[in-house]
Amino acid sequence: MKSYKDYMLFNKLPHTWCAGCGDGIILQSIAAVMAEMEIDKHDIALASGIGCFGRVDDYLDINCMHVTHGRALPAATGIALGNPNLTVLCTMGDGDGATIGGNHLIHAARRNINVTAIIANNYNYGQTGGQYSATTPTHSITSTSPYGHVEHNFDLCKLAEAAGATFVARATTYNPVQMRKLIRQGIENKGFSLIECMAACPTHYGRYNKQGDAAAMLKRYNELTVPVEKAKNMTPEELEGKLVTGVLVNNPRPDYYTMYKKIIDEQSAAYEAAQA
Amino acid sequence: MAKVIKKFIEGNDACVDGAIAAGARFYAGYPISPSSEIAEGAAREMPKHGGIYIQMEDELSSMNALLGASLAGKKSFTATSGPGFTLMQENLGLGIMSEIPCVLYVVMRSGPATGAATKPAQADIMQARWGTHGDHNIIALSPSSVQDCYDLSLTAFNLAEKYRTPVLFLSDEVIGHLRETCREREFAPEEIFNRVQPAPGTTQEEFRPYDFSGTMPAPMPAVGDRNLLMRTTGSTHDEKGEFGPGPANINKVTHYLTDKIDKNVDDITIVREYKMEDAEVAIISFGCSARSSMSAVDILREKGVKAGLLQLVTIWPMPEKQIREVLQKVSKVVVAEMNLGQLAKEIRSFNDYGCKVLQANRTDGVLITPQQIIDALEEK
Repeated sequence: MKSYKDYMLFNKLPHTWCAGCGDGIILQSIAAVMAEMEIDKHDIALASGIGCFGRVDDYLDINCMHVTHGRALPAATGIALGNPNLTVLCTMGDGDGATIGGNHLIHAARRNINVTAIIANNYNYGQTGGQYSATTPTHSITSTSPYGHVEHNFDLCKLAEAAGATFVARATTYNPVQMRKLIRQGIENKGFSLIECMAACPTHYGRYNKQGDAAAMLKRYNELTVPVEKAKNMTPEELEGKLVTGVLVNNPRPDYYTMYKKIIDEQSAAYEAAQA
Repeated sequence: MAKVIKKFIEGNDACVDGAIAAGARFYAGYPISPSSEIAEGAAREMPKHGGIYIQMEDELSSMNALLGASLAGKKSFTATSGPGFTLMQENLGLGIMSEIPCVLYVVMRSGPATGAATKPAQADIMQARWGTHGDHNIIALSPSSVQDCYDLSLTAFNLAEKYRTPVLFLSDEVIGHLRETCREREFAPEEIFNRVQPAPGTTQEEFRPYDFSGTMPAPMPAVGDRNLLMRTTGSTHDEKGEFGPGPANINKVTHYLTDKIDKNVDDITIVREYKMEDAEVAIISFGCSARSSMSAVDILREKGVKAGLLQLVTIWPMPEKQIREVLQKVSKVVVAEMNLGQLAKEIRSFNDYGCKVLQANRTDGVLITPQQIIDALEEK
């Protein structure tokens, strides 16, 4: 039996995140899933970007590629195609995954690259002082929307679904058991999986929007949570502002490499025959 | 005898064939004139050799996909031009900092912006050198024939692997679309340089993904190696690849990354001399302009002028030693290039010898002519 500790770099702790930040819960969930699945750490690669959650690779004892802001998914795409035997994870925040890297998200989903994208959504850029992102809800106060945010926010799961992701799920840090289950299902899906993890930022978003301390923010997640099974019988009006959790999309189809490998097999055989 | 196939092809196609012969098995890119034939050629040829072509959503992602695939052990390349090259600059910096090898074929066109997108220019010399952010160093090669596109591809990949760095292949629209006979020679295994691997038996405790102690990079196991975990980052890091933003370490990394190229300049530099032995005046040029320069030398020689050509095949790092030798030897130098003097300015910075440095520039999207270079030389 492996423990989550087998996949962690304990000498790098304490971590960089603020007290009450949700990112540590996601970190432990990732490590716990790897242990549960007993994946050889040499077979796991993680690409991460820039932002609070982009620092998650600092604490993981696996193959890690830390890249530029927003570009973790293309890097993960390269790793996954460069060595299709690897389990490839891609960790991003809402800035990385939905805003500067939003274009990469929809295209990775559309191509069905065999990568599990784990996005920590805390509604703002925590690392740089709480500026708004593409997931910041309308009317929110952030350091760059001091008078209220006028933009409409992305629903990341709907975005990924529309783009063609074969597995999409949402969890909150209030329910790490569910989070682990969904991350595992995402890894088991051979294709593009998005796991949106709602992670409170009490330091910036919570404070700016008077949502109380970390515990209050977690409780709020619980109050807003609607399991997907229940949500099916609710009207859009009833679901307004709610967090629908669970497996939202599970619609497998052959991933990019599986499709492309057929071309490689055909073309390389024909080429070799022509050379002979 | 190595197998040789003679083909009548354009420079862009020879780049694809050269890259594959050098061992490249991953291409990620975004099509852009006048480099698109490289993307098309890669899409057509890579699967035949077990390689992968992927067309990304833009050049930002193309660069990152290259770096990811290279980290997973595949020799990787892309092709682009002007504005696409600009988008690649962000993560060219990542490749330099993370020390991940790859090759970028840059087929230069007239700019800025869309400019005259299908017309040739050589105006990205400085973008190649300084386009990405921060203190850094870069290797850039410049082909002047279809044969060069094939042969120098091996050089480009070898340098990338040896120095664990992105290498630029600065072609131009003239060379990219020029059709010539190309002798495609199968490269012998001993000619192909593959990134150095850690000594067998190296433990994870001993292993360091980075080595800043000298001027050569650390061994680079692929992600997926059975014994060692690999860690790369674009953040300033220590030799374990862990975040290391202390002042002394920042300084060490900056110097290491620049020294890695500067201190190995003799190994990286390739120049060609044409009739330089007894030359009294010289042309310094590169790429498509070197072809016109060679004709100019022949015409001048017929007229009794002892002219010669120094062709820079390595553009970056600048072959300073060879340029200084020419400046010292001759009375007059014409720098022939299809821009407003990007190379000439560099050459003047080496001119401690009172040599007269003249310019032959062309920026109208038409190939520079031998006569224009001769006129520049004969200018009073």
